[in-house]
Amino acid sequence: MSIAAVSVVDATPRGKIIAAVLVIGYALITMIPLIWIVATSFKSPPDSISYPPKVIFQPTLEGYVNLFTTRSRQTPEYIESLGPPKTWYDALVRERNMIITGPSRFAGRYMNSVIIGFGSTFLAVFLGTLAAYAFSRFRVPLKDDLLFFILSTRMMPPVAVAIPIYLMYRELGLNDTHLGMILLYTAVNLSLSVWLLKGFVDEIPREYEEAAVVDGYTRFQAFVKVVLPQMRAGIAATAIFCLIFAWNEYAFALLLTSGTAQTAPPFIPIIIGEGGLDWPAVAAGTTLFLVPVVVFTVLLRKQLLRGITFGAVRR
Amino acid sequence: MSDHVDDSLSVPAASAARRRPPRAVRGLSDRWIATLFIAPSIVLLLAINIFPLIWTVYLSFTNFRANQPGREVNWLGTKNYARLLGSEDVWSYLQATAHFVVWTMLIQVAIGLGLALLVNKNFKGAPVWTTIILIPMMLSPAVVGTFWTYLYQPQTGIFSYIVDFFTGLGPIDMIGSVKLAPWAIVIVDTWMWTPYIMLLCLAGLRSIPDYLYEAAEVDRAGPFQTFWYITLPRILPFLMLAVLFRGIENFKMFDMVVELTSGGPGSTTELASINLKREAFEKWRTGYASAFAVILFVTVFGLGNIYVKALNRVKQ
Repeated sequence: MSIAAVSVVDATPRGKIIAAVLVIGYALITMIPLIWIVATSFKSPPDSISYPPKVIFQPTLEGYVNLFTTRSRQTPEYIESLGPPKTWYDALVRERNMIITGPSRFAGRYMNSVIIGFGSTFLAVFLGTLAAYAFSRFRVPLKDDLLFFILSTRMMPPVAVAIPIYLMYRELGLNDTHLGMILLYTAVNLSLSVWLLKGFVDEIPREYEEAAVVDGYTRFQAFVKVVLPQMRAGIAATAIFCLIFAWNEYAFALLLTSGTAQTAPPFIPIIIGEGGLDWPAVAAGTTLFLVPVVVFTVLLRKQLLRGITFGAVRR
Repeated sequence: MSDHVDDSLSVPAASAARRRPPRAVRGLSDRWIATLFIAPSIVLLLAINIFPLIWTVYLSFTNFRANQPGREVNWLGTKNYARLLGSEDVWSYLQATAHFVVWTMLIQVAIGLGLALLVNKNFKGAPVWTTIILIPMMLSPAVVGTFWTYLYQPQTGIFSYIVDFFTGLGPIDMIGSVKLAPWAIVIVDTWMWTPYIMLLCLAGLRSIPDYLYEAAEVDRAGPFQTFWYITLPRILPFLMLAVLFRGIENFKMFDMVVELTSGGPGSTTELASINLKREAFEKWRTGYASAFAVILFVTVFGLGNIYVKALNRVKQ
């Protein structure tokens, strides 16, 4: 979709100015929460709860240090006895009469999000590519019913499916495992992956494959050597959509993971409880979690419409 | 949008001279490839979606409790359903859900449609600002819910401060007040998902050929008539699609609201999914919760059917 279609029926210059003012105004208001959360991640805890809210403040990395470490409060005498701080973050923590006792669980949770996100994305795109090609090119009995069935799995309320999946995973020993979450997210993302990729395959002219078959390729070779290279852009866009979904998912993660495989979304709120309302640390975790998605959104802006309509609307 | 012609890959009749019978193609037959390519996806969906669904239906007729696997399981027939539909609480949860769905849709359609019409004026820089507006809908709803609790803090939050600055009402406790909490979740959902409606309306606007407007101009139609007779009918399918999809999603709403209000204060924002989670994973009334789940399924599936029909209409 091109965001600026050229219209013969053009708005008047004055109309354009009014429209620009209103849209930019809305965009700025919409940005306030995001800008605020990024700013808060660079505040000190006292600054984060000052009233009126501080727009100008002394930036500090305390939030990030608190996010990645566990600390304990000590007497000034004891801290003196430890000798000079070894690193900048040691020094930062000691200003608050604390010492760092170890790493926090955040890095591990973040890595879980990465592992489960990439694992499930790879599987969903792999299976989706095969299915999309078959649906696009072959006579499949009950094709429309199958496609509807695949899409309908997307509609299921996660909390409702979570009950039996929890029981099933308990039997299979998959609760709180990376494999369990990867399989689950793959299943949830398959609908998006098949529908989106089918749209991309539909756009590739059949003549290429037909020519390849006439030249003596098998059907399978024609798929691998002719169609797949042309699907590259579509596969990349689909993969990013699947990745964002897995990255953002919360309900299943909350109900089916508790430690080993817990991802960041259910963990970030826990930080609030741990640090006694340590808002900068929460904001730091949130910022680190949201930034990749914002980057991908900007990269994908032309494909967003396609992604949110399962490939139906393509401009 | 191409119409699917369902002929399997065959060399077109135009090149009949070169055509060979399909069997002459070496390697796997088409039917085999189709089966091999589609089967894994279907099998995975059957295992992780359909099998659990059937299990839920079975459990909904029993008094099974997931935290007591050793206990004897009794067949209750439709007792769980009767208890559900007879319970006042369930209706209040559904009411909270309805309030959330109806208001988010109304407000988002109003703002989203307005924004789309404005962006469609193609002022300089429109694409950049559109992209910025789209960012919130790609974020993790749970994380959004988490950081809005900070923005909503009555004494220190920026939301309360801005509202106070313009109205002088003093600090506002959006999450803690029974009156305001239902609106707190509507505001966050609107912030997040208005761009979704806007994007689909934009697609609808771009699908309207210019000659219609030129014809309207020739016929001396005013701006209001033009909107009512040309623009609106043309974007309605897109708008329907957006409202249906977001409506279904908000009917199932869980993540953002759990993190923002966790159903409180009291149970003013306890939406259907949140209550379902409480019954299933806190009270461990698996059978009862499964019955609730089945009722949600049926509702969503019905709406989903309509959604797919709308999707196919927009495709044409």
